[in-house]
Amino acid sequence: MVNDPAAISPSVRPIDEAPRASVDRSLVALGGAAACIVGLVLLALAVSVLGMALPSIRELGFGFVVGRHWDPAHGDLGALPFLYGTIVTSVVALLVAVPVALGVAIFLTDLGPPPLRRPVAALVELLAAVPGVVYGLWAAIVLAPLLRTTLEPALEAHLGFLPMFRGPKVGVGLLCASLVLAVMILPTVASMSREVLRAVPTELREGGLALGATRWDVVRRIVLPHAKSGIFGAVLLGFGRAVGETMAVAMVVGSRPEITGSLLSPGYTMTSVIANEFAEATSVLHVAALAEIGVLLFVLTFAFNVAARILVAKVRGSESATARDVPAREDHEAA
Amino acid sequence: MTTELDVAYPARKLAARLATAACCAAVAIALVPLLAVLFYVAKRGLGALSVSFFTELPRPVGERGGGMANAIGGTIELVLLASAMGIPIGIAAGLFLAEYRTTRLARVVRFSADVLAGVPSIIVGVVVYATVVVRMQHFSTLAGAGALAILMLPLVARTTDELARTVPDSLREAALALGASRWRIAIHVVLRTAAPGIRAGCMLAVARVCGETAPLLFTAFNNRFWNESFADPTSSLQVQIFTYAMSPYDDWHAQAWAAALVLVAMVVVLNLAARRVLRGPKPA
Repeated sequence: MVNDPAAISPSVRPIDEAPRASVDRSLVALGGAAACIVGLVLLALAVSVLGMALPSIRELGFGFVVGRHWDPAHGDLGALPFLYGTIVTSVVALLVAVPVALGVAIFLTDLGPPPLRRPVAALVELLAAVPGVVYGLWAAIVLAPLLRTTLEPALEAHLGFLPMFRGPKVGVGLLCASLVLAVMILPTVASMSREVLRAVPTELREGGLALGATRWDVVRRIVLPHAKSGIFGAVLLGFGRAVGETMAVAMVVGSRPEITGSLLSPGYTMTSVIANEFAEATSVLHVAALAEIGVLLFVLTFAFNVAARILVAKVRGSESATARDVPAREDHEAA
Repeated sequence: MTTELDVAYPARKLAARLATAACCAAVAIALVPLLAVLFYVAKRGLGALSVSFFTELPRPVGERGGGMANAIGGTIELVLLASAMGIPIGIAAGLFLAEYRTTRLARVVRFSADVLAGVPSIIVGVVVYATVVVRMQHFSTLAGAGALAILMLPLVARTTDELARTVPDSLREAALALGASRWRIAIHVVLRTAAPGIRAGCMLAVARVCGETAPLLFTAFNNRFWNESFADPTSSLQVQIFTYAMSPYDDWHAQAWAAALVLVAMVVVLNLAARRVLRGPKPA
């Protein structure tokens, strides 16, 4: 009787092994199925957006990508203005955001006063939490009028010799969209760069300091060179974010499919044209053309994200590159 | 490098000072837009907020007053429905990724989740429109929630995966030695140990999709009234902000600010709550 486990503790009951093993197997299968769902969802997204785009791919061919005119009513469909708008706004956003984001990242890992690092990190994360549509509202009602009355006239007065700073001063346009995008990708680039900088071994920093380097010498000569490719990855990730952002851009980009060469003039981007026209598109070709823009977006963001993750993972070693989304990590800096 | 450090110490010290000042300036520049946005949302939003905003339906153009009760309800409904779909599948997938991390399936799925997290949300909206809305022949709450669930999936799965992998193997081995099966370990040991982080991760994922607007445009669409079932289109704060901000009417702009205030408050509360969950007293 002593060998009966039930006699020892009421909670330990002898269990028949066979059903237990089958329960085990089926639960593992359930987990596997859930994992498969994630993969299948991605596959389904890719396949169905490609399927929707087929009529356009077949009818318009490669001319779609280089076509400069967008006139859905007459079936004259070219995606170049949208590609142009997306690339211009994203690149300008990066030019504005990356130096600031890098400064913030260095502040958070090396140069900032330690008691300030935590609250600043929290605020930057808050910046990432504000929904895009709220940034759009702010940009449309506050930022655009400000650009129209102050910044754009100033730009033209001082930098008007460059064609990109000449044009209609209407507030909404590529510049406004770029600035909003800059605000929105700043936290992405900053927190990713911070992860990368933090992955640089402390011994290297201490070695530099022991040799008489200042903290800035250490950052410039040791930390940044060590983290270079990872920071490049963070920048690419920011680019992917900028390319995919929809609402804030749709609200301030001006929605005009033209290529003017000026940052001040209204433009259009790939995401915002889908947001504005997809629900109202009636002709089969128009819907397919919008879906094909979706395919281009998919390919673009895919390429940038994968490249970014490879670069970041290289610096951080075997650790995964998405840990930015993992909350547990942020408490390490308290130590 | 020796040549670099040969530069006189005062010069290098000055450079360090300047660099530190530049970094502080960068932080200030980064916080300006944040504070500006929060300031305007608080100022204009509080000015437009009233009891009727929470209790009444939107009024037609020209009629003052009215509220967004249906939009607030719609956002909550969409997010709850999306969580009900996305969180369980996400956690199960994440546990599988962590516990069977070396299998080829896990590697492929982990990569897919990373890619899926980077897919622009508008594409998810387009695809859900084509597969669900077109087939049901009308916009619906369910379609909108489905689109949001797709956005939550990779976030929840990858967070669970990352956190489950930080659970020490010694715990797993101890459980195995006691005769526990793998699913028992996954659920009773790994999931329980990583629970606070996973809970926080889920809250952050919920906060993320609370603000997602693009995928709702062609799925949940909008509705001037309460939706009567999940098969009806629904209003949501996000889409209402977009519609009202793009309108030429001042009182609609005011409503948009009020909606933005409520939405930002929801998101910020979720974020703070997630931080609290993480910082909370650890059961020793």
